[in-house]
Amino acid sequence: METYSFLRELADSWVLLAMVIFYVGAIVWAFRPGSKSVHADIADIPFRNETLPTETPSTNAKPEAL
Amino acid sequence: MLNAFKLIVLGLIALVAALAANWGQDLAYQVHAVLIMLVAAGLFISILRKFDDPAPIFDETGYMDGVVRAGVIATGFWGVVGFLVGVVIAFQLAFPVLNFEWAQPYLNFGRLRPLHTSAVIFAFGGNALIMSSFYIVQRTCGARLWGGNLAWFVFWGYQFFIVLAATGYLLGSTQSKEYAEPEWYIDIWLTVVWVAFLLVFLGTLFKRKEKHIYVANWFLLSFIITVAMLHLVNNLSIPVTIWGSKSVQVFSGVQDAMTQWWYGHNAVGFFLTAGFLGMMYYFVPKQAGRPVFSYKLSIIHFWALIFLYIWAGPHHLHYTALPDWASTLGMVFSIILWMPSWGGMINGLMTLQGAWDKLRTDPIIRMMVISLAFYGMSTFEGPMMSIRAVNSLSHYTDWTIGHVHSGALGWNGMITFGALYFLTPKLWGRAQMYSMSAINWHFWLATIGIVLYAASMWVTGIMEGLMWREVDAQGFLVNSFADTVSAKFPMYVVRGLGGVLFLAGALIMVWNMWMTIRGGAKVSAPVGVPAE
Repeated sequence: METYSFLRELADSWVLLAMVIFYVGAIVWAFRPGSKSVHADIADIPFRNETLPTETPSTNAKPEAL
Repeated sequence: MLNAFKLIVLGLIALVAALAANWGQDLAYQVHAVLIMLVAAGLFISILRKFDDPAPIFDETGYMDGVVRAGVIATGFWGVVGFLVGVVIAFQLAFPVLNFEWAQPYLNFGRLRPLHTSAVIFAFGGNALIMSSFYIVQRTCGARLWGGNLAWFVFWGYQFFIVLAATGYLLGSTQSKEYAEPEWYIDIWLTVVWVAFLLVFLGTLFKRKEKHIYVANWFLLSFIITVAMLHLVNNLSIPVTIWGSKSVQVFSGVQDAMTQWWYGHNAVGFFLTAGFLGMMYYFVPKQAGRPVFSYKLSIIHFWALIFLYIWAGPHHLHYTALPDWASTLGMVFSIILWMPSWGGMINGLMTLQGAWDKLRTDPIIRMMVISLAFYGMSTFEGPMMSIRAVNSLSHYTDWTIGHVHSGALGWNGMITFGALYFLTPKLWGRAQMYSMSAINWHFWLATIGIVLYAASMWVTGIMEGLMWREVDAQGFLVNSFADTVSAKFPMYVVRGLGGVLFLAGALIMVWNMWMTIRGGAKVSAPVGVPAE
């Protein structure tokens, strides 16, 4: 019962807070300034690399060093 | 070196399986031991024969599409098998005489029902998810599948899991957990296959050429990871003996019930929703020829779905030994879940903005649109049914079955048919499907079939719920259980006919795929009249 009570209290305090912050943060991050052009480029990914890997490199392609 | 290792492992498996076939304590276990022994021995011989061959070299400049082709064929095959068993059990309910005396106990409703649910969810839906994950992750990463032939191991390993599960049900091996019926050794095998699936998917993501990970991959990855977690926790069991299929659950009582419906509802949420949304976010933009309506909305859709779905399970346990707070939590989260679901539906539908004319000319996009419409409908119906007051009427009735089928046939079935029609010509290098009018026929047969199914189940479900709660002036129940069974007969027949139509549509699709693979397109112009 000790473990249960501890976990139960942890779940509806700090863990709940952490999850809400992560969730709200993820949404706020999606609306950050400059995200529009990035998102437009990502939304275009299905229309590249149709038949062969990297037939038309993206404007945002990953640098070779990575 | 690797081959020698494989030979040792396969040899040991074949030996243990042979011992198990001899010492096995029940029929299902013995049959499975023989199957495992034959497969392990067959692989042993084939590796031995190719022992000195040079290691295969994989052409990194091309995509690995062979395994996707195999997945397309397997999806069509298991789809027809699953729908056929569904039609059989629908008529078994209407006409109990179809539980033939000579086929007892193997072909009675109780054993065929899990065969049907597993065949459509895990064999048809699972193959659709695996093959489209492999297709989508390669195209959106600009990279070949990671791990050489590991993807083929995932494909064949998964088919072997299906065969073990299906034969197990018919022979009476089940752990009696809905949608998680397979016994312990089949669960262990599925875990191995699933980890390999995760590795292939992650490996491909890691070596991607695109800087960003397209949203479809987020949904597919969450599906793979969550299903792994659900499977492991819900199948914590201890076998009675390693020489038998029976096992005992680690959890008991209401903890076991809660774990089961945490699993069960998230199987809906992450297998049948998140995974298929991954397909939607790739195939709908591709078929419509334009990027997704709002990429921001797709991000919000993703995170909202992830954070909300996992809590919805307790709504399956209203009015049980589960504490009230837990079932209230499940109910509240189910209702909140309505919003992201509809956000996703709107995002998919609005992708057609400016291309709505395609609905007239392109039967494939029509299939995808109706699947989104059914997604919207069943994600409205579900939250409504999770409300305690509604649930007191709907629970244990056929309304639940109708709800599941409008989601499964409408959303999962239709989006998969759309994906199959999209992929088949592409993967076999054809201009388009063999017959466009056959796609039209499939569309209408399937749609009318679902409408018959869902409508008859609404009527019979609500009728049954009202009959169960009807009391006379003295407070006695008016109807016996058998009264409701006989009152449901006409609706059961209509439901069976709806299933026949849906199956007929799937058979037309399989014929169309076969002709496309064999020979290419017959009709050069898409059906429909262009707008004047």
